[in-house]
Amino acid sequence: MTTATWTTEPPVRRGPGSFLAVRDLTVEFTTEDGVVRAVDGLSFDLEKGTTLGIVGESGSGKSVTSLSILGLHDPSTTTITGEIWLEDQELVSADRAVMERLRGNRVAMVFQDPLTALSPYHTVGRQIAETYRRHKGGSKREARERAIEMLKRVGIPQPHLRVDDYPHHFSGGMRQRAMIAMALVCDPDLLIADEPTTALDVTVQAQILDLLKELQQQTGMAVILITHDLGVVANTASEVLVMYAGRAVERGTVREVLREPRHPYTWGLLGSMPSLRSPVDVPLRPVRGTPPSLLAPPPGCPFHPRCDYVDVAGRELCTRERPVLTPETGHADACHLAPEDKRRLAPERRTDRKERA
Amino acid sequence: MSEPLLELSGLTKHFPVMGGFLIKRRVGSVHAVDDVDLTIAPGETVGLVGESGCGKSTTGRLVARLLEPDRGTIRFEGRDITHASRRELKPIRSQIQMIFQDPYSSLNPRHTVGSIIRGPMEINGIEPPGGREKRVRELLETVGLNPEHYNRYPHEFSGGQRQRIGIARALALQPKLIVADEPVSALDVSIQAQVINLLQHLQREFGIAFLFIAHDLAVVRHFSHRVAVMYLGRIVEVGDRTSIYERPRHPYTHALLSAVPEIDAEPGRERIRLSGDLPSPVDPPSGCRFRTRCWKATDKCAQETPPLVRLDGNAEGHLVACHHPMDPPKPAEPPAEGAGADGSAGAPLEGSLAPGGAAENRSG
Repeated sequence: MTTATWTTEPPVRRGPGSFLAVRDLTVEFTTEDGVVRAVDGLSFDLEKGTTLGIVGESGSGKSVTSLSILGLHDPSTTTITGEIWLEDQELVSADRAVMERLRGNRVAMVFQDPLTALSPYHTVGRQIAETYRRHKGGSKREARERAIEMLKRVGIPQPHLRVDDYPHHFSGGMRQRAMIAMALVCDPDLLIADEPTTALDVTVQAQILDLLKELQQQTGMAVILITHDLGVVANTASEVLVMYAGRAVERGTVREVLREPRHPYTWGLLGSMPSLRSPVDVPLRPVRGTPPSLLAPPPGCPFHPRCDYVDVAGRELCTRERPVLTPETGHADACHLAPEDKRRLAPERRTDRKERA
Repeated sequence: MSEPLLELSGLTKHFPVMGGFLIKRRVGSVHAVDDVDLTIAPGETVGLVGESGCGKSTTGRLVARLLEPDRGTIRFEGRDITHASRRELKPIRSQIQMIFQDPYSSLNPRHTVGSIIRGPMEINGIEPPGGREKRVRELLETVGLNPEHYNRYPHEFSGGQRQRIGIARALALQPKLIVADEPVSALDVSIQAQVINLLQHLQREFGIAFLFIAHDLAVVRHFSHRVAVMYLGRIVEVGDRTSIYERPRHPYTHALLSAVPEIDAEPGRERIRLSGDLPSPVDPPSGCRFRTRCWKATDKCAQETPPLVRLDGNAEGHLVACHHPMDPPKPAEPPAEGAGADGSAGAPLEGSLAPGGAAENRSG
């Protein structure tokens, strides 16, 4: 089931071979208080037709990663280093004209809040048609037909009538459908969905996730799904990347990461979420403390101030040396714990919620 | 069963919709809460779930008497507070406290943490032994904050810490009931769990009853003794936690549960996808309000509003408002187990379990 691979070989001129390859991406913002390193040395690969779930809490750098793939950052305050390869095209060094041709065309994005992402002054149909005309040309009539077709594809009833509605006429779920229609109007190869269902109710969330899956099967696009909800990832993604303080702390297939998590932070995330079947009288096992400030991240492993296993792995090591994501391919994690400790400690944490039932 | 702490009966709140040019007049009303019956026992946690716009927050605000109901009654400790005046409410306000969803907008940015938590004591003229400041420091410690932070301002705290401040403020008057309106949904996953654990700890230690309003079904299950499911202003199913999550009977409850994305979903879990969105509460569907999205709906559903009643084979207190309820999952061993509160009117009722979903057998 896994088609994506991770390699750290330096990319040759024609790119590293996979459809999307991010290599050692670092994003820094200059703020009044100092330099914030929002993403720190992130690498991953993504193949067509697969979905990568990026999971993390607010401030973990998951949204910044996606914005830098699209080149949607303020160049005056942002420094980006590293490489982002979309097939043969390098995006970090690409100029504005290139990025403008790419955005909405080969790479599209669905945002969390459709009400703020859609313009309230233009009809839904016009907003979808505009993207199409901008990239593919064609007459207004053709673009309108295309907009109606797209609305139909995303399951909006009576698309030929709704095409002339304004976003405020739509309900939350329908707006998100309209956003997806807009994102997919040019048949992108890569869709980035940043918390696409967080603002929606569960029943509508299920509809939208099904829709995304269905459209992916039809078009074979690659999807990056950014979310804080591991349940959403378990249901939609094929691979997962867990981020903490701008770094990848664990990655692998959904099965590997959710069934045999290796990083203490992933354990904490899983222990924090009540499920519909977990025993109810057992307290949850949250991660203690709060995420670190990225202005002055902790030395060594950024997770060590909140980690329960610092003494198992060696306090000296955790506070001084930054763990790297190993191994280079497959299921990997960035933690100083010895592999046998991870095996010993992880299942204990995962199952005791059930055993005590 | 002991005397309920809070008793809602036939609670109704409609908000006017104004229209017209220059001269505003009422053109309709939002049926936010319609004919809601609910009781909360002392020390009990009742979860209220439903999609946005189903009226769960309005219910919470009615209970805290931040809104005045149009019809129905609210009884708190046997006293009718439905239309109580400000003065009559004053002693009761200290018994019912609220925790809000947004920890950023629910704390005054110009007040220190100390004065925020002290506020309720000052308003109610309460002078705890050892002074208010000492009590505030104790409260800060109870909710897991550093008492030294007494003089800090809310902006110096993170979202999770602010929510703890809100909780400390709610605890300041030693309330009997806390209405918690989505207390964790604005927080990160790991922080969410910390706050849930804290609330659960407080609930056990001080025996506070909670009306826990949330849209996250897993969180509600974790926290609540009993759960009420709301749809478009009405309660469609209510019962103890086990009944609602293991043996739901209303199609809407089934749909909600099957829509929750689960990490370790059991294989073969039923998968119901509702089409469309919540209808407008301005002009709710006739009869059963869920019928427009329900796959079992018939003509009867459009004509008659299903009453909230106990069905055959349900545990005591497990009420469903549906003309065509779903079959319970294990017809072989129907009610009894899990229904610890059984005894009198309960027990297996005569009449077989209704076949094929067209259940009509009910016990009043």
